Amino acid sequence: MTRPVADEQLIPTSGSPVFRALVGAFNHNKLSWVGLGLFMALAILAIGAPVFAPFDPIDQSIMSRMKPPSAEHLFGTDQYGRDLFSRALYGARISLLVGVVSVLLGLVIGGSLGVIAGYFGRVTDTIIMRVMDVMLSFPTLIMGIIIVALLGPSLPNVIIAITATLVPKFARIARAPTIAIKERAYIEACHAMGYSDLRIMLLHIVPNILAEILVMASLWTANAIMIEAGFSFLGLGVRPPTPTWGGMIREGFEHIFQAPWMSLFPGICILLAVMSLNLLGDGLRDAVDPRLKRSKEG
Amino acid sequence: MTFRQLAARNPTTFFIARRLLFSIPTILAVLTVIFFAMRTLPGDPAYAILGDIATAEAIEALRERLGLNLPVSQQYLDFLLGIFQGDFGTSLVFGRPVLGEILRVLPFTLELTFASIIIGSAVGIPLGVLSALYRNRLLDYITRVVSLIGFSIPVFFTAILLILAFAVHFRWFPVISSGNSAGFSGRINELVLPALTGALSLMAMMTRATRSSMLEVLGEDYVRTARAKGAPRTIIVIRHALRNALIPVVTIIGLYFALIIGNSVLIETVFTRPGLGSLIIGSLDNRDYPMVQGLLVIYALIIVVVNLATDLSYSVIDPRVKRS
Repeated sequence: MTRPVADEQLIPTSGSPVFRALVGAFNHNKLSWVGLGLFMALAILAIGAPVFAPFDPIDQSIMSRMKPPSAEHLFGTDQYGRDLFSRALYGARISLLVGVVSVLLGLVIGGSLGVIAGYFGRVTDTIIMRVMDVMLSFPTLIMGIIIVALLGPSLPNVIIAITATLVPKFARIARAPTIAIKERAYIEACHAMGYSDLRIMLLHIVPNILAEILVMASLWTANAIMIEAGFSFLGLGVRPPTPTWGGMIREGFEHIFQAPWMSLFPGICILLAVMSLNLLGDGLRDAVDPRLKRSKEG
Repeated sequence: MTFRQLAARNPTTFFIARRLLFSIPTILAVLTVIFFAMRTLPGDPAYAILGDIATAEAIEALRERLGLNLPVSQQYLDFLLGIFQGDFGTSLVFGRPVLGEILRVLPFTLELTFASIIIGSAVGIPLGVLSALYRNRLLDYITRVVSLIGFSIPVFFTAILLILAFAVHFRWFPVISSGNSAGFSGRINELVLPALTGALSLMAMMTRATRSSMLEVLGEDYVRTARAKGAPRTIIVIRHALRNALIPVVTIIGLYFALIIGNSVLIETVFTRPGLGSLIIGSLDNRDYPMVQGLLVIYALIIVVVNLATDLSYSVIDPRVKRS
């Protein structure tokens, strides 16, 4: 991730120009507003699930097993007669929670490691990045599956596993711009003024690489949601009867011939959540990387 | 001849040798991590494998067989030496060498991966070129929406949609891809749906990368020069623009290889297809630790080799890389 960084970003600034650039890029790429809106809507539905859900997500009803979508059951019902719309709303909680929390943890841990490696260089850099290389030597999903399988399937363990796959990625993208920035004159000035390393890293390097990292954070949240769904689909995620989108697809797949809606609706939910974050990430990327913006939209 | 002269005379070989040397410490570190990770598992593996009802003698016998009685340093050396001699241990479930079982299913996963990459590139690259040439027209918009959906959809959901359409509704292809079909056509028939599943997300990424890369290259001076010389449009697009535009696209294939090797867990599960992915899920279920350990080594080796191949393919497409 050594893409050339526009000069104006490297001059220490307060947040407002960044915010202006963001709104500008979003206006330029209207779909980013769609992405933001869609994600906010999903977040509101997830948070307000107890209010919006017409039924209890784990209440079984033998009388209404595998009913197709209707006015009463928008998404239909499953093999235990549970209302799939209510389950999808509660499932959104797990997906969004896992996505946001593991990306935040990955960003803080991996980002710090990357900045430290890039800032101090030499042995520190070698040790940190070697460890990251080792972690990147396994396919993401495989590493996640191994960690969850070993720790046991539960919400915290799913978050730990996904965070572990994100740490080396964040470290990589934080390190490259840190190396570029630390050579700049204003960092030298900071050294001359006797600022501590911690202060330089936190106040003068992090704010200037944050924009780029946040772009990846939004795209990787999309990935994290997909991985969580994959875990649940394989039966390695949060335990039933807690509803998860991946778990619902798994149960639906077992009844694919009689009740295809059981897997279709949760699948569409994942698609919408992931798509909203991808659209949002594209908009953020345009704001951060003017070179790409020109070539992409022209 | 000095080393430097040798390097200057044959830069490609030198480049390959240097990259190979650099990957050795990574492989060693990966092996070390795998070894110690498998040994920090909670509980005694022998106990975990045999369960509560096993007698003390049975557990002791299994510990003996797994070499768990030896000091850790000895176990570690045996493990490393074994790997380099192709001895990955014995599967607890199959009772046969781990490597043999892995090599038996590896072709299924590789077949799936290569088929996905070929379909994804064959569709994705031309779509990306067309999308760039017809920027902001209908074709471009359709392509962009399709690729957005393509990389936002989870593979197992793609698989289910394909099954619903082509296996349940049209009945063109089998739901299950058992890998036992006789003959070439049977094997291809079973491969179609899994490969299309894998291909969709690659197609989306390829289209996108090719498009933005082409847009960038089409604005370069040398393309303008070619145009000014009056070169035919097709020649400009293919020889001048596409060759340069493909450089970043090659990285995507490399990245994608790792992604689909990982995703094969999901694809193989949906289609009940043999392969590395279904093997690792089965081994985790059965606590077949030697098998899991062997699979991790194979996965890591595949990734290291793919990364190496990606770097090398740069030097073929872009001769500037070798000199730097």
